[in-house]
Amino acid sequence: MLEKTIAELTADLEAGRCSSRELTELYLERIERLDPDLNAFITVTAEAALTAAERADARRRAGDAGPLTGIPIAHKDIFCTRGIKTSCGSRMLDNFIAPYDATVVERLERAGVVLLGKTNMDEFAMGSSNETSWYGPVRNPWDRTRVPGGSSGGSAAAVAARLCVAATATDTGGSIRQPAALCGLTGLKPTYGRVSRWGMIAFASSLDQGGILARSAADVAPLLQAIAGFDPQDSTSADVPVPDYAAALDADIAGLRIGLPEEYFGAGLDPAVAASVEAAIEELRRLGAAVRPIRLPNGPLSVPVYYVVAPAECSSNLARYDGVRFGHRCTDPQGLEDLYTRTRAEGFGAEVKRRIMVGTYVLSAGYYDAYYLKAQQIRQLIAEDFRRAFAEVDLIAGPTSPTTAFPLGAKVDDPVAMYLNDIYTIAANLAGLPALSLPVAPVGGLPVGLHLIGNHFDEPRLLATAHRLQQATDWHRAAPPGCA
Amino acid sequence: MSWETVIGLEIHTQLATRSKIFSGAPTRFGADPNTQACAIDLGLPGVLPVLNREAVRLALRFGRAIDAEIAERSVFARKNYFYPDLPKGYQISQYERPIVGRGRVEILLDDGAEKTIGVTRAHLEEDAGKSLHEDFHGLTGIDLNRAGTPLLEIVSEPDLRSPQEAVAYARKIHQIVRWIGISDGNMQEGSFRMDANVSVRPRGETRLGTRTEIKNINSFRFLERALVFEIERQIDVIEGGGRIVQETRLYDAERDETRSMRTKEEANDYRYFPDPDLLPLVIDGDFLAAATADLPELPDVRRARFERDHGLSPYDAGLLTASRELADYFEAVAARCGDAKLAANWINGELAAALNKAGLTIEASPLGSEGLAGLLARIADGTLSGKLAKQVFEAIWAGEGDADAVIEAKGLRQISDAGTIEPLIDAIIAANPTQVEQYRAGKEKLFGFFVGQVMKETQGKANPQQVNEILRRRLAP
Repeated sequence: MLEKTIAELTADLEAGRCSSRELTELYLERIERLDPDLNAFITVTAEAALTAAERADARRRAGDAGPLTGIPIAHKDIFCTRGIKTSCGSRMLDNFIAPYDATVVERLERAGVVLLGKTNMDEFAMGSSNETSWYGPVRNPWDRTRVPGGSSGGSAAAVAARLCVAATATDTGGSIRQPAALCGLTGLKPTYGRVSRWGMIAFASSLDQGGILARSAADVAPLLQAIAGFDPQDSTSADVPVPDYAAALDADIAGLRIGLPEEYFGAGLDPAVAASVEAAIEELRRLGAAVRPIRLPNGPLSVPVYYVVAPAECSSNLARYDGVRFGHRCTDPQGLEDLYTRTRAEGFGAEVKRRIMVGTYVLSAGYYDAYYLKAQQIRQLIAEDFRRAFAEVDLIAGPTSPTTAFPLGAKVDDPVAMYLNDIYTIAANLAGLPALSLPVAPVGGLPVGLHLIGNHFDEPRLLATAHRLQQATDWHRAAPPGCA
Repeated sequence: MSWETVIGLEIHTQLATRSKIFSGAPTRFGADPNTQACAIDLGLPGVLPVLNREAVRLALRFGRAIDAEIAERSVFARKNYFYPDLPKGYQISQYERPIVGRGRVEILLDDGAEKTIGVTRAHLEEDAGKSLHEDFHGLTGIDLNRAGTPLLEIVSEPDLRSPQEAVAYARKIHQIVRWIGISDGNMQEGSFRMDANVSVRPRGETRLGTRTEIKNINSFRFLERALVFEIERQIDVIEGGGRIVQETRLYDAERDETRSMRTKEEANDYRYFPDPDLLPLVIDGDFLAAATADLPELPDVRRARFERDHGLSPYDAGLLTASRELADYFEAVAARCGDAKLAANWINGELAAALNKAGLTIEASPLGSEGLAGLLARIADGTLSGKLAKQVFEAIWAGEGDADAVIEAKGLRQISDAGTIEPLIDAIIAANPTQVEQYRAGKEKLFGFFVGQVMKETQGKANPQQVNEILRRRLAP
């Protein structure tokens, strides 16, 4: 049951071979048993889940079910859920209950999914290891001494450990794709604007994008279908028609032009990871893709650009956490300055503070031109690199992450080493491009991700390519020990 | 030494939209605290702004009205600072690329000359909430009803050379925003607030002196007083050997003085940057055309037309174009009664005095344009003398009916019938032989005595022109 795809589960539900209630009970039992060790969930909504499952079963009996009705999933705790705590992994919002649903949440609820709970994450999505969470680190189900990646580490660990069928996640610089790679999942970050950001707590607004973590491209498709589309509540959401993603899965990849940027296979990439990624690309070639080298000359600048732009936006986005209207507030403030200082000193963790300070600095008078403006200019050059590349190729492939999952605590004292984890994923956010990570041959018993970047709104091709590879290989079927 | 004053104004005018600039919450004034602030206005996590098209439309109308450049593409920026009544920790405003660029207005100086004042820019932004420092026992209350209210900040060039010019300019902007219907301009409710940048320099100097900024002035009288005080203060400081510190000052109306609020060193670094939640605002030609197609004839144009077409003096025409409602009223009366000058005299005279006394504006006048025109028509056709007309006006004002009804009821019809007046005059001449003799001997002042006698006999109803004419004839030696 745990290994079935969403389509298979739906068929079972439709045929009456199981009910959503049974499915939900199965996952709730697993969460109860396995999550104390993994720490993938911040909030489990067992009772509401059972009620939702019964509602889904009733809907199905009434002939009103869709492809997601009754499927148990989890939301990253960055998506606001009406009446359920939304912490964003921070002490600052440990007491925050939103009076509204994020658009992503609302659309999935309309599709009839069953929400099992809210998943752990790096505080305000700032981190690549899920170690900055106020609720403690998440353990990687493949090796509990290692990180699951971040910031969507809770969603990734939960899906990998079969604590839910799939999960929502967000990606600002790799926060869906890097955990997907480190946990052996298929994770899609859609085109910027494809999925509404309404109700998704902002980290860096021009980079943030909601997406999906699942076990296969075939499972990503129906979930993306549900959450994609224009939302008048988000001015940056794209008013572009949403294609049929499930139908697109079976598109042929013969003749697909795949570009390999030489910048993505240089120093810093673990040779074993490189070999695994190259083997997967070889498989794509065998399936009919034409592979050629390309250049993304400004690629190496993406990490420094990102660590100017993202902190700048975060320093402003996080100014609202001031203890005045909601969230954490220090006890007995002695005046306004004290209220601000202690509230924010207590409510935010070290990484968030670091980024607020960097962001405040790069936007300051006298530094704005040298940092923020310069970074925006380079961002344009990076986008231009991709425009040129996509004139020649259909997809760009490379490793998702330079290494497999690293041990908990290994990089917490070295922010720059931590930041370099996202060296291959960040550029897609800077250019607003859709990108997907899917599992390839493991290294030393740990998952490795193949990273595919597509042109704007070319999610169908990303999904079709991943699906074709997943039909031809078994890499995505591997389950962490003790989780199948 | 002789000093020259340099003033520039920043005027925040509230745009007359039903909902806020980035949310659907209402903008009504005077609701209970925090009852008109939605999740977006409160800056809750995950919320996003969506621009109110109506606010854009109104800003475009203003741009067109001051003959300004309209930016095809403008950008919203975040102005970052911490304050309890600023929910997001930043204000969404426009910084480097405002929607309205360079424009200009004409002001009328005391000597009757016109002066062109440059408008640097006008940009859209959201208002903050309100901090309430009373009634909370040492704490501060926050009311976020105002948060997110759409404002148009109108920035002038430093073209103003005196407090009087500053007031004339501010009044002009106030007139325009109300005239084109983009703001109610209500100053008590904070819909029109002014910041003044002011500096002084020795006459002949071309470089600007160090300026101070006087914040949040909400009346024209206070604007003038604050500037007068501040200019004197600056001159005193410099003449006393001191230097002006660039700072923000507050005007205290009770003490009639400005006080330092914060110096440049204490000023916030606002860390402006483009708001990533909002796309650049692109104005297409159709939207601009639709927004400005129904702009009314502007006040200056209308004033010129009143002078030209109706033969009014610049002064009268200026008064009648103080607001669009007044100008409409005037034109309606003039058209109906057929005598524009008479209409202008009555509106600027009797009616203005009555409205002023009652504390009413023209929109609330108990005497509509039809009513006044009815009265003036009776003057024009000789039914009423000016003096009788005033009596009738008072009766109409008091609600005693229209002009004809009052004339009928009170028997105030002017006597213009020579057959009635002549015998009356003959009788008076017969009854006052001494005065007649003196008049004929050259004491012409006595003419008034005879007029008075006639008016007394007719309770003032005799047509004065006719009385004069007949009297002169009958008294001739």
